Amino acid sequence: MSKSKSQSELLAKHYRQKTLPTSWCSGCGIGTVIGAIVRGIEGTGLPSERFVFVTGIGCYGGAGTYLKFSDIHALHGRCPSYGTGLKLANPELYPILLMGDGDAASIGGNHLIHAARRNIDLTAIILNNHTYGMTGGQYSPTTPQGTPAATAPYGMVEGPFDLCRLVQAAGASFVARTTVYHVNQMVSFFTRAILHRGFAVVEVESQCPTYFGKLNKMGTPVDMLKWQRDHTVPVEKARGMKPQELEGRIITGIFVEENRNEYVTDYYRLIERVKGKKSEIRNPKS
Amino acid sequence: MNGKERLMMGNEACAEGAILAGVRFFAGYPITPASEIAEILSVRLPQAGGCFIQMEDELGSITAATGASLGGVKAMTASSGPGLSLKQEGIGCAAIMEVPIVIINVQRGGPGIGNIQPSQGDVMQARWGSHGGPQLIALAPSSVKECFDLTVKAVNLAERFRVPVILLSDASVGHMREKILVPDSVETVHRKRPSVPPEDFLTYDTDAPDGVPPMADFGTEYRSHYTSFMHYKNGFPAWTDLEVTDTLIRRLSNKILWHQDEIVFLERYALEDAELVVVAYGSTARPARAAVAMARKEGTRAGLLKLLTVWPFPNEEVRKLSEKAKAMVVPEMNLGQLVGEVERSARGKCGVVGLNRVDGGLITPEQIFTRLQEVI
Repeated sequence: MSKSKSQSELLAKHYRQKTLPTSWCSGCGIGTVIGAIVRGIEGTGLPSERFVFVTGIGCYGGAGTYLKFSDIHALHGRCPSYGTGLKLANPELYPILLMGDGDAASIGGNHLIHAARRNIDLTAIILNNHTYGMTGGQYSPTTPQGTPAATAPYGMVEGPFDLCRLVQAAGASFVARTTVYHVNQMVSFFTRAILHRGFAVVEVESQCPTYFGKLNKMGTPVDMLKWQRDHTVPVEKARGMKPQELEGRIITGIFVEENRNEYVTDYYRLIERVKGKKSEIRNPKS
Repeated sequence: MNGKERLMMGNEACAEGAILAGVRFFAGYPITPASEIAEILSVRLPQAGGCFIQMEDELGSITAATGASLGGVKAMTASSGPGLSLKQEGIGCAAIMEVPIVIINVQRGGPGIGNIQPSQGDVMQARWGSHGGPQLIALAPSSVKECFDLTVKAVNLAERFRVPVILLSDASVGHMREKILVPDSVETVHRKRPSVPPEDFLTYDTDAPDGVPPMADFGTEYRSHYTSFMHYKNGFPAWTDLEVTDTLIRRLSNKILWHQDEIVFLERYALEDAELVVVAYGSTARPARAAVAMARKEGTRAGLLKLLTVWPFPNEEVRKLSEKAKAMVVPEMNLGQLVGEVERSARGKCGVVGLNRVDGGLITPEQIFTRLQEVI
């Protein structure tokens, strides 16, 4: 790995500087996550043109527009299926899926679990701020029970998803969680996730001071980052703790990192096997 | 033309036409009466070096196919009415992102789950189903041969104009078997490539006089910024830029409307002296032609305008015919969808009447013949 680049070098290399500043609120976690993704990509040593950002809709979905990387900014929740087509069409590419918690776990939940089931070689970086920021702080599938939201004025009645457990159960072969506070860990997880062959999910606990933080009286963005620091439990430590001790805690670390059959590799093996052959079967039923 | 004669069903002709036209990616979801297209392509595509995938739902299918097309491969999906409803989000998104894509819609009865009988209930959905009303192209086959030919045309038009093209087949033509000549090769069209160096390339550079921007490949020095937001030429969102938004929306429509000579395919039977003009498309065009022959035998000056292209609608052709005709008859397997377009084009110059069947049965030549006798 080459010597790490300075912030100004990274800005010049990877950001469309004319589009800056971003539209994100001050104190938002998204900018930090994008900076970490750029560093994570640098860490892979792969050329920039091999990456395509496939981004969802919401505050986080706008990230691709500020970067020089090619991007597809298409629909709410459909990143995994756009990425699936893209990767099958050109396996040389590295699609990076940027999805918020509403995007990934609610409207796009079906695509997410099926991409995990196929173990297709895509990297999904899910930013979880427990709210729909762009539309004004409504509750999402990861809003903790009892907390208020624009559409949960009396507190959230439903229980939340644990995204890492969800994608793990669905078949993702790399699953990790980190927080905006833990920047170095975040960068290293991104690099490992991208280089991992299979469906890789990194969930990042992030802060939305404008809505989630304000409604929950969490203080300034700095207070929210300190909250992340103070509520984090590394997965190794969490294994020895009781469920009630883990209540309200964020378990971070790598939950799964396994080499398993990857969909695109297997499908191209199938092509090699049957290519050029004129099968007599035209319709399996006839 | 060199080729091989084969007996096949309409859905198979769509699959074979797609492969010959260069389609190398298909994503679909099972649905009657379209499933054969997916089944056949699951066999044939890997043989041709392409990819087939059955997605988790209809939205997954249209968006995976769009992703593959953006990845540089000609891509297609197929479904029936209930699936087309679901795909509408992805169709509109492909329209504004300007992604070449083909959607085969083997129509069945609706609304709801409806039935799996033949229908022409999705004609307006093909034009207006997606929010914002993007100008798409829709073709309608009436035979197995036309399933083949129009699928090839659909792929070529999608590539030429960077637009979703819908093939409005139906349960009848999709499952009908006929002998057709499958050519060894067909003329194919590929999306335009940029002629400028990477540093000057803009994803939506519309300086080209035809209004169709060139497409660059991912994985090269060219960087592309595809977006479904209103956007500037560089792909950056134009949230509140009224002028940019106006120019974009008009161009997306005009790039199709300006090229109707390349897009609108019509067939004319006995129209030279026709007083009664049948305007028909898809499966209904066949009994319409038979009815016109029956009427001619009886001495009635009837003719047929057969629309192979339904959208954009050939207003001008219908207007011209309406000036000479006494009446126009529009048979449809719905309660009257395209008849409204015919009325609009005729502008009151002649009478326009529909003939509608929605019980799931096919319109017969006798029904159309009887209607012609009634309007004389």
